[in-house]
Amino acid sequence: MTMETQRSASHPATPPSAASSGPAPADPGTAATPAPPAASPEKIKFFADREKIYPRNIHGTWRQIKWAVLGVLLALYYIGPWIRWDRGPGAPDQALLIDMPGRRAYFFTIEIWPQEVYYLTGLLIIAAIGLFLVTAWFGRVWCGFTCPQTVWTDLFMWVERKIEGDRNARLRLDKAPLSFGKAGRKIGKHAAWLLIALATGGAWIMYFNDAPTVVRAFFTGQASTAVYGFTALFTATTYLLAGWAREQVCIYMCPWPRFQSAMFDEDSLIVTYEDWRGEPRGSARKGQSFEGRGDCVDCGLCWQVCPTGVDIRKGQQMACIGCALCIDACNNVMDRFGRPRNLITYDSIANQNARAEGRPVRMRLVRPRTLIYIAVLAIAATVMAYTLVTRDRVDVAVQPDRSPLFVQLSDGSIRNAYTFKILNMERNNKSYTLTTAGITGAMLTVIGYQAEPATSTVLPARPDDVATFRVLVTAPPESVPLATHDLWFVLTDQATGEVVEHRTVFASSGN
Amino acid sequence: MAEQKEVDRLTGTETTGHEWDGIKELNTPLPRWWLYVFYATILFSVVWVILYPAWPIGLSDYTKGVIGYSARADLMRDLEAQRAERAVWRERFEAQEVAEIARDPDLLQFAMAGGRVLFADNCAPCHGSGGAGAPGFPNLVDDNWMWGGTLEEIHHTVVYGVRNDHPEARMSEMPAYGTLGILERDEIAAVADHVLHLAGRGEDDPRGREIFAEQCAACHGDAGKGLAELGAPDLTNNIWLFGGTRQDIIAQIRQPRHGVMPYWFERLGEAELKQVTIYVHALGGGQ
Repeated sequence: MTMETQRSASHPATPPSAASSGPAPADPGTAATPAPPAASPEKIKFFADREKIYPRNIHGTWRQIKWAVLGVLLALYYIGPWIRWDRGPGAPDQALLIDMPGRRAYFFTIEIWPQEVYYLTGLLIIAAIGLFLVTAWFGRVWCGFTCPQTVWTDLFMWVERKIEGDRNARLRLDKAPLSFGKAGRKIGKHAAWLLIALATGGAWIMYFNDAPTVVRAFFTGQASTAVYGFTALFTATTYLLAGWAREQVCIYMCPWPRFQSAMFDEDSLIVTYEDWRGEPRGSARKGQSFEGRGDCVDCGLCWQVCPTGVDIRKGQQMACIGCALCIDACNNVMDRFGRPRNLITYDSIANQNARAEGRPVRMRLVRPRTLIYIAVLAIAATVMAYTLVTRDRVDVAVQPDRSPLFVQLSDGSIRNAYTFKILNMERNNKSYTLTTAGITGAMLTVIGYQAEPATSTVLPARPDDVATFRVLVTAPPESVPLATHDLWFVLTDQATGEVVEHRTVFASSGN
Repeated sequence: MAEQKEVDRLTGTETTGHEWDGIKELNTPLPRWWLYVFYATILFSVVWVILYPAWPIGLSDYTKGVIGYSARADLMRDLEAQRAERAVWRERFEAQEVAEIARDPDLLQFAMAGGRVLFADNCAPCHGSGGAGAPGFPNLVDDNWMWGGTLEEIHHTVVYGVRNDHPEARMSEMPAYGTLGILERDEIAAVADHVLHLAGRGEDDPRGREIFAEQCAACHGDAGKGLAELGAPDLTNNIWLFGGTRQDIIAQIRQPRHGVMPYWFERLGEAELKQVTIYVHALGGGQ
């Protein structure tokens, strides 16, 4: 697999648990290369302790992009439920709403009924293929920039830095004996985290309830147990996952890093270390000659800024989420030494090999893999959009009675009974004309609406509702000589003339 | 277990020190928090056993748990809440006549839903799940009624039943013409032929016609159209409660069978009786 290709000859292949065997955070200033595991008198451990990571703050282009993405995504999430959208009387005026008790989902002008939930399937297919395509092109941008785990972890780290200071201050604080100052900072940090987590869980609930109503109810103690329960659940998971679990989620819990290498090839952009010009590494003084040695000054900044504690110089590894912060770190150092930037770079493996051999590089966006993803994406999006635009706003569901299948009346005619449902998915009262086709002389009776048999009848339907009727169809025996016959119900909207036809079965004795 | 770490040469991974026939196990340690989550689940089960019903004691008892939770009590509470929720409907059903209820689309809908369940619980054993009946048990879906098919008539039949010991019950009894010696064997056969002819099947028998006019027309009418007030069935429509062959008809004249239906006003409430009435009426045959 290309992903696992190890271009750095000086290090052994890295197993998936590389992150935890990464640099020891206890010696921040010293060289980053960890000693390979070797025979030692320590006892064997069957459970690995988490090595706490203290990411250092960094400035640079990628950090700027990461902040911008974080801001936009958090704003979308928190503002989303507050957007109002007028749907007329009787309908919720929230643009984004999943109304569980009412069995409706609202997305601006689109209203989804339960039987249309395949649009959700379509959306998930589009999202998945889109993710595959972006991964094939640009690597782990989802993991590094947009995944909620990344976004909230980044936010929590920012809070942590504001309260406890940067990497070295945090290391000192954790080593320091318990004091009022330390306790205050720790309590402050966790309080701030819990507050953010509460806001996160609270915002989630708003997507399932009218936002202003549920917020008022929440703070006056009037909200339902479900609202408090789910808020507590999402508060707890946000706090635990973004505050405590962090990179453990990416390394141990998330399935996506495990199989996304299937979307990679040698032309996918990845965060990678240019070992061909970095090695042999070694510490350097400012202004010294780089003749006969690599550009890497072994300062260790690249792994100190890493939110998952990875040393990117060991090559591609599962724990690297592709956030590119090490690129910023290394560029700052290269600038200081007057060496070319992008010793750690966002590049493809093919281009890296080309650069190492001095061949020209090229960006290959059009590849069989990406073309297939684009084609599948286009098909899925077209089908989705087409069905959404042309979908019916009135539908009919018919269920023939099965016990008995048919009844012989005293005049010898045959009658079938049907449960007849009209799904009026529009926001106004409707009136429909119901007729039948396919059986000569068929007459309609509707319990509560049409007492005398007639060839057509009028059925009302309330706005955004399902109207249920018991419809009886009576046919003269000579029209229904077989055991089963096709019968069409023809429903015509009296206002618009829109017609819905539904085929069903008319049963008879067959003799 | 070996006390010293040992590294596998090929993979560069530590071994656990376990060895079987020269095969050694690689050590890829689980994260320690995973171990703690495992302990937490064990702790959870202990807390659960203390709080909730958990262990059986013998065959008929169990540990109750300290918070006194019971799924049965939960169900009873839910049912009570449901009854309270339906009280407003119940009141409307009790306050209005059956015919009035059937004219209100919302009440009709409610009656159909409730009636369906009531019918399945109480009536379906004899009349069939869809009301199609069986030999001896009337079909409620067709348009043929022994005791009348209007809402009021159906309501009366459901409330008081048929041929039971209640004074208001539907009551009729056809004489056993054969076993009581009123008619001879050949006379019964002649009447049966006439009855078949009334239903449009076979040649008429003049002797049968004569006997029918004397013996049967008082209840079944001259033309055999029946009389709902007396519970006398229509004999002309080819819908037969006890079978439609010549043999069946002869047997029914010789020694008639009579169905019995219990009264339901003791078992069902007023609202339920009205719901099941409307449901039966709406099966298709209601007049």
